[in-house]
Amino acid sequence: MTRHRARGRLPVVLALPAFIGLAFLLVPLAGLLVRAPWGSLAGQLFNAEVGQALRLSLICASLATVLCLLLGIPLAWLLARSGLPGRGFLRALVTVPLVLPPVVGGVALLLVLGRRGLIGQHLDAWFGISLPFTTAGVVVAEAFVAMPFLVISVEGALRAADPRFEEAAATLGASRWLTFRRVTLPSVLPGVVAGGVLCWARALGEFGATITFAGNFPGETTTMPLAVYLALETDPDAAIVLSIVLLLVSVGVLAGLRDRWISGPT
Amino acid sequence: MRASVLATAGAVLVLAGCGPAAPSTSDSGKAGGGVTVFAAASLTEAFARLGEDFEAANPGTEVKFNFAASSALAQQLNQGAPADVFASAAPANMKQVTDTGAITDTPTTFVRNKLAIAVPKGNPGKITALADFAVADRKIALCAEQVPCGAASRKVFDAAKVTPAPDTLEQDVKAVLTKVALGEVDGALVYRTDVRAAGEKVEGIDFAEADQAVNDYPIAPVAKARNAAAAKAFVAFVLSARGRSVLGQAGFVLP
Repeated sequence: MTRHRARGRLPVVLALPAFIGLAFLLVPLAGLLVRAPWGSLAGQLFNAEVGQALRLSLICASLATVLCLLLGIPLAWLLARSGLPGRGFLRALVTVPLVLPPVVGGVALLLVLGRRGLIGQHLDAWFGISLPFTTAGVVVAEAFVAMPFLVISVEGALRAADPRFEEAAATLGASRWLTFRRVTLPSVLPGVVAGGVLCWARALGEFGATITFAGNFPGETTTMPLAVYLALETDPDAAIVLSIVLLLVSVGVLAGLRDRWISGPT
Repeated sequence: MRASVLATAGAVLVLAGCGPAAPSTSDSGKAGGGVTVFAAASLTEAFARLGEDFEAANPGTEVKFNFAASSALAQQLNQGAPADVFASAAPANMKQVTDTGAITDTPTTFVRNKLAIAVPKGNPGKITALADFAVADRKIALCAEQVPCGAASRKVFDAAKVTPAPDTLEQDVKAVLTKVALGEVDGALVYRTDVRAAGEKVEGIDFAEADQAVNDYPIAPVAKARNAAAAKAFVAFVLSARGRSVLGQAGFVLP
């Protein structure tokens, strides 16, 4: 079956807002590039603190993504397939971190997982575990903010997937767990990858929840966005350089993944 | 291209930072109409009270405040944000504004502020002096050195010859205070006025080395004030006996 594109001029009603939208997204990035202190760029790039912050950002965002995959895929399955009562309400609750200002998310995490928090005080008393001001705390804060992206993406894929394959597997005697692993998961893999990438990108740029819950200490909790914010106080040029580094790394990783994984048949 | 990018950035800053400016209804040249005051975050409680007193003393005036970090306010003023008065928590940020000509009057130092040790209610970490900040197993929060309270903290630690072992370097003094109020840290350095403003969740401990890092707060009317008369009147009110009394109660040191 072949499809023909509608021919003719681009309708102005669509083209005009589309180009304004494109400019709106790209002009601020161009502004960063125009203002960048290209002369001192190399020196800033090989600065030990920048390398430290960048490495920490990549590690924490990746660990947060793994955490989100481990918890988020089963959660998406629960929302899409389980027939649990009140799923619609649960689904709405799961998206709350999307609209919650991340700083508030950070305070909420402190109230629950902090040293005096509802759960945190027991973690501290029984196991000597204290999450705030640690790298683990950064991973928790990033996962909290980023997981909804994964859950929504995977749940959407699950709801669009044809359940008859799973039913067929079940009639052939496969258990629910085997069906999930061998039939369901492969069929929604593009959704999982897309969600994971979104989740990773969101975690990489996370600022508010991280600085509120995990604090800021070089080498332990200072990720790139925190370094950018603090650099802005005294040295805007350094902040611009840091932003460009973060931008290049994330665009590079996303473009690489896109070629490898995301682009479906075109 | 470059100019338009900057202009857009400035407009966004203004929109995000201050909301609509007070409409200038004054045409008589007296202290009437609206006056917009850009003031350092640490002045929030004291200036809110002074604003009410000023309105009561000058019927028909309305004072609007934009409280934020002095560095952010200085940037907004240099981008042309509509303000009548600027009260900064540090001479450096006032200088950023006088350098560009956004303020032409000579600023007046109206208060000084110094650091104090802040501990959660009950002092669970048993902190009594600066030396306790060097103990690694206590949770300690300080301001990052890039912001004024962090630079001041560094001065007092140098003076006391103590190497602190902080667990977090926060982006502003109120973030430090929040960590103390929630009990997440055993001790922190904040301004004396912050301890007063935090109420009973936070206890303050004064220490001798605080005198090594006393912060001057300059105030001045903005050159392009929409309501120049009211701007001058507000500055005079802050410097008056009534203003000094309110600021003194908030914990500021009077010059």
